[in-house]
Amino acid sequence: MRIAIIDTSTTRAAIISDGLREAGLTDLVIIDHAAGLAAQIERAAPEVVLINLENPSRDMLEDFFAMSRALARPIAMFVDQSDAESTSAAVDAGVSAYVVDGLAKQRIKPVLDLAIRRFQAFSRLQAELAEARTALADRQAIDRAKAILMKRKGLDEPAAYALLRNHAMRSNRRIAEVAEAIVTSEALMGDMP
Amino acid sequence: MSNTLMRIGFLPLVDAALPILARELGFAEDEGLDLQLVRDITWAAVRDRLMYGQTDAAHMVAPLAIATALGCDRPAMPLAVPFVLGLNGNALTVSTALAEALMLDNTLGDPFEIGARLKLEAERRVAIGKPLRFGVVHRYSSHNYMLRYWLAGIGIQPDVDVEITVTSPPFAADALACGDVDGICVGEPWNSIAVDRGVGRIMLATAQIWRRGVEKVLAVRLDGRQADTDATERLVRALHRAAAHFVEPGNTEANAAILSRSEYLDAPRETILRATTDRIRLTQGADAIHYPDFMFQHREAANFPWRSQAMWLYSQMARWGHAEASEVGFAGAAQVFRPDIYRSALAGTDAILPGASAKVEGANSVPRGASSQTGRLILGEDQFFDRVQFDPDRAMDYLEHQRTKPMI
Repeated sequence: MRIAIIDTSTTRAAIISDGLREAGLTDLVIIDHAAGLAAQIERAAPEVVLINLENPSRDMLEDFFAMSRALARPIAMFVDQSDAESTSAAVDAGVSAYVVDGLAKQRIKPVLDLAIRRFQAFSRLQAELAEARTALADRQAIDRAKAILMKRKGLDEPAAYALLRNHAMRSNRRIAEVAEAIVTSEALMGDMP
Repeated sequence: MSNTLMRIGFLPLVDAALPILARELGFAEDEGLDLQLVRDITWAAVRDRLMYGQTDAAHMVAPLAIATALGCDRPAMPLAVPFVLGLNGNALTVSTALAEALMLDNTLGDPFEIGARLKLEAERRVAIGKPLRFGVVHRYSSHNYMLRYWLAGIGIQPDVDVEITVTSPPFAADALACGDVDGICVGEPWNSIAVDRGVGRIMLATAQIWRRGVEKVLAVRLDGRQADTDATERLVRALHRAAAHFVEPGNTEANAAILSRSEYLDAPRETILRATTDRIRLTQGADAIHYPDFMFQHREAANFPWRSQAMWLYSQMARWGHAEASEVGFAGAAQVFRPDIYRSALAGTDAILPGASAKVEGANSVPRGASSQTGRLILGEDQFFDRVQFDPDRAMDYLEHQRTKPMI
């Protein structure tokens, strides 16, 4: 069963194709997003097309699928209404699948389930990465704010940190936000006595 | 009591104004609704989210709602259209090169006259093996059917003399710029953005093809629960008030400022304001010209979902082989539009409630009174550019005539 993967994220496309390959689905075509999607798909003649839900080319592709004979009239999303649950899970995960008409449901379900898991894994990775980035930025801001307070107010490090923390608690803000404000005001007014 | 959450999918287009304003100006809240707007960049994504429960309702091109409800390209899914979000507001913008070849001046020309010039150019392009290509925003879009209606009416056969392809609205200007297409039929602000970038020039407003053409609709998923019906009716009332607010001349500046925000259209306020006040800049740097009723969002009961509008769209879907040419198909399309929900939701308000649920489309060469249950209904000029009328009681005849009529 030939599966085409179209994704605006090349990383995610790689994650999905690795997963499919591990599951023994090795007839894969990754469609290059840069040029001529329709022509590439026509050449590849896949039986299943996996594409990220938010891909900007989907309206064009659906039109192409509706007209194309190369793909023997694929039907959007899943084969029939009876598997609405699985399709719904796919939409939640952010993946949409187009499948050629007549392809047996039991052959498609594992592909879709795998794609869903891989999409979810990718989202988790992204969320973790974003968290890590925020945490790093927070720590940097707090360190800089502490240094400013130590210099300006002649405090030692624990006292500077306690000042930050107490102010954050009193104003119901995150320590990082208070630190951010100190760093900003120092940048604007640092040269003032 | 906490408000009912209602999520509405939309594309960044000027005619997404009513749900946006219903949220921002508190009309939804007054109805006990907590509206959340979910933006996408393709109609495919808007439709998927609606079909699979990520949204409860959507701003949608009318033919797509019909195609989805009838299962034209995937399993049918019960949808209802209780409210029309607006009429027209689209334009046909051509590349600067094609504009030069057609010798367009700084006016919106006569559709027949421009058509005659376009026909010659289309023939020339076929002869050199590079047929003209037009982009429309979706296979099942009013843009596609309006463009095809005009082309066929001026003797250019779509899919034979010119190619028609699909380009999502936010990419329409890029498609023009890189020469992917020679023209685009798209909603605002995307024509104006192409003009301001100097990559395109507005050739026609779709209101010149059909003076009162149905455009975006509110599509809601039907699963028959009483709570849903109630929430839908509250949403209709909120949208009705938003529409009345939208067309008040004193509100246009503030409305444009809201629409331009990054979470909505993320486009220049001034560009949006031009569209919403019917002023169109045809070419880069030129003064905007005033074209009345370029967009038509509320007056004349414009938000009422006439079953005959759905049927006209279906006639075009069938004409171009996108749907089955049958009485059953017409009846199915008519059922998607739900004047009954509109009436039930707005009974007892200031809304004009038409007496009939269908009308002959394109019949008025001058404004004319029409029967109404409440309020005084005057329907303005609503003709098609070729003056042909669509009588919903004779829909199959209309379709048959179009399909067998020899090309000019």
